[in-house]
Amino acid sequence: MLRIDCPCCGVRDHSEFRYGGDATVERPAHDNPDLDAWYRYVYVRANPKGLHREYWQHVLGCRQWLVVERDTVTHSIHSVSFSRRQRA
Amino acid sequence: MSRYSVFSLLRHAATGNRGWQRAWRAASPKASYDVVIIGGGGHGLATAFYLAENHGIRNVAVLEKGYIGGGNVGRNTTVIRSNYLLDGNTQFYEFSMKLWEGMSAALNFNVMFSQRGQLVTAHSADQLDTFSHRANVMRSNGIDAEILDRDAVRKLVPYLDFSDTARFPIHGAIFQGRAGTARHDAVAWGYARAASGHGVDIIEGCEVTDFVRQGDRIVGVETTRGRIGAGRVGLAVAGHTSVLAQKAGLELPIESHLLQAFVTEPVKPLVDHVVAYGADHFYLSQSDKGGLVFGGNLDGYNSYSQRGNTGVLREVCEAAIALMPNISRLRLLRHWGGIMDMTPDASPIISLTPVDGLYLSGGWCYGGFKATPASGWCFAEMLATGETPALVRGYGLGRFRSGHMIDEAGAGPFAWLQ
Repeated sequence: MLRIDCPCCGVRDHSEFRYGGDATVERPAHDNPDLDAWYRYVYVRANPKGLHREYWQHVLGCRQWLVVERDTVTHSIHSVSFSRRQRA
Repeated sequence: MSRYSVFSLLRHAATGNRGWQRAWRAASPKASYDVVIIGGGGHGLATAFYLAENHGIRNVAVLEKGYIGGGNVGRNTTVIRSNYLLDGNTQFYEFSMKLWEGMSAALNFNVMFSQRGQLVTAHSADQLDTFSHRANVMRSNGIDAEILDRDAVRKLVPYLDFSDTARFPIHGAIFQGRAGTARHDAVAWGYARAASGHGVDIIEGCEVTDFVRQGDRIVGVETTRGRIGAGRVGLAVAGHTSVLAQKAGLELPIESHLLQAFVTEPVKPLVDHVVAYGADHFYLSQSDKGGLVFGGNLDGYNSYSQRGNTGVLREVCEAAIALMPNISRLRLLRHWGGIMDMTPDASPIISLTPVDGLYLSGGWCYGGFKATPASGWCFAEMLATGETPALVRGYGLGRFRSGHMIDEAGAGPFAWLQ
């Protein structure tokens, strides 16, 4: 069981969270006509063996979307932050 | 290499079983091969066998970083079926089923393929309707399928929960009688032995660390046992497809996720078939040793760890008991995790790649075991001819760009949802 240190609620089991996928993927602008950019956004993933930045939502707590840096081999969590701060 | 037969059994029995040879040659890498296959799992070994058997290409090496049978071919739940709905999948998996039916004879190795039949329970009239659609598609493709009503299911598998208190009452089921299980290690050993008998070098303890290029073309691999030249390189490494593809400069629509499997303590014969639970993602069969083998959902986040978390263990056991209350007091003997290369449409990739000299078989999600022979057959044809075989035309990398996906799960373009 992963334990995610939610900045609002403290340390919780990851079963309280919903996984939201790769947080490094950038959505192209609405009016971007480049099909390749959209293809990469929807499908292509780096899928790293090691540190991975990913979205988790604390659905059974504060319902905030978080960005979690996690090692995909050891499952150790390096940082947790609000995704909205990162976006600003 | 001597053939296995009833006479070889008797001869070795009479001489104290001291004369058995190892099943395949322990090979050391040569300087170069016509074809190098990365990954000594079921798919890689099957590919090597069919390269030699069907195409006469015997100067082939299979490079395995661990040992034969130590990867995903030994980490699955051994279920074999061809009950697919969508065009492309239907034909491919049925071709695979036909190869399974002749595999023990073709390999001179008993893979213990047991066609015990698989049923998937339906828990509403609507679900039974969609199963009827699937059964019709299967039958129109020449695949056996039956729709069973509640009474027929009850007769076949009376130990499921048919009580008034069942959370999801059983309405019926779809049944494929030719589905079943096989001994997964035997599949790897059988292909390894047969390929080795054709002259293929099976090199264990040999990890590929990089690719060798000449201009834009890949002409070999760097390994922990030195550089190996290759006319063509086939990538067939479940779990680490992305890691290796990146070294070749190839970006893929793949995420690696963890799937757990579970085995209970052995009990007397109880479950004759493979049973899948239509109300949740759960399936179960009984091994020849008596343990109940089952699995459920992915852990659901990127992972290369090969060990699961307890949350999914609980969910899977809850599904098990909802379907079969009578196993609630069985003890779990062990569980394990395997890394699944998940694609966004839950279908595999057997494809030419933009990288010259590199061919890809990967992204098998959690359905790779049943595909082993057909995957090897088609990938061998691709490596031998440099063309895409008709049977796997739908499995190309280009489908994500063109929108021609084979989305059997119907779950959208997010790998962890499949």
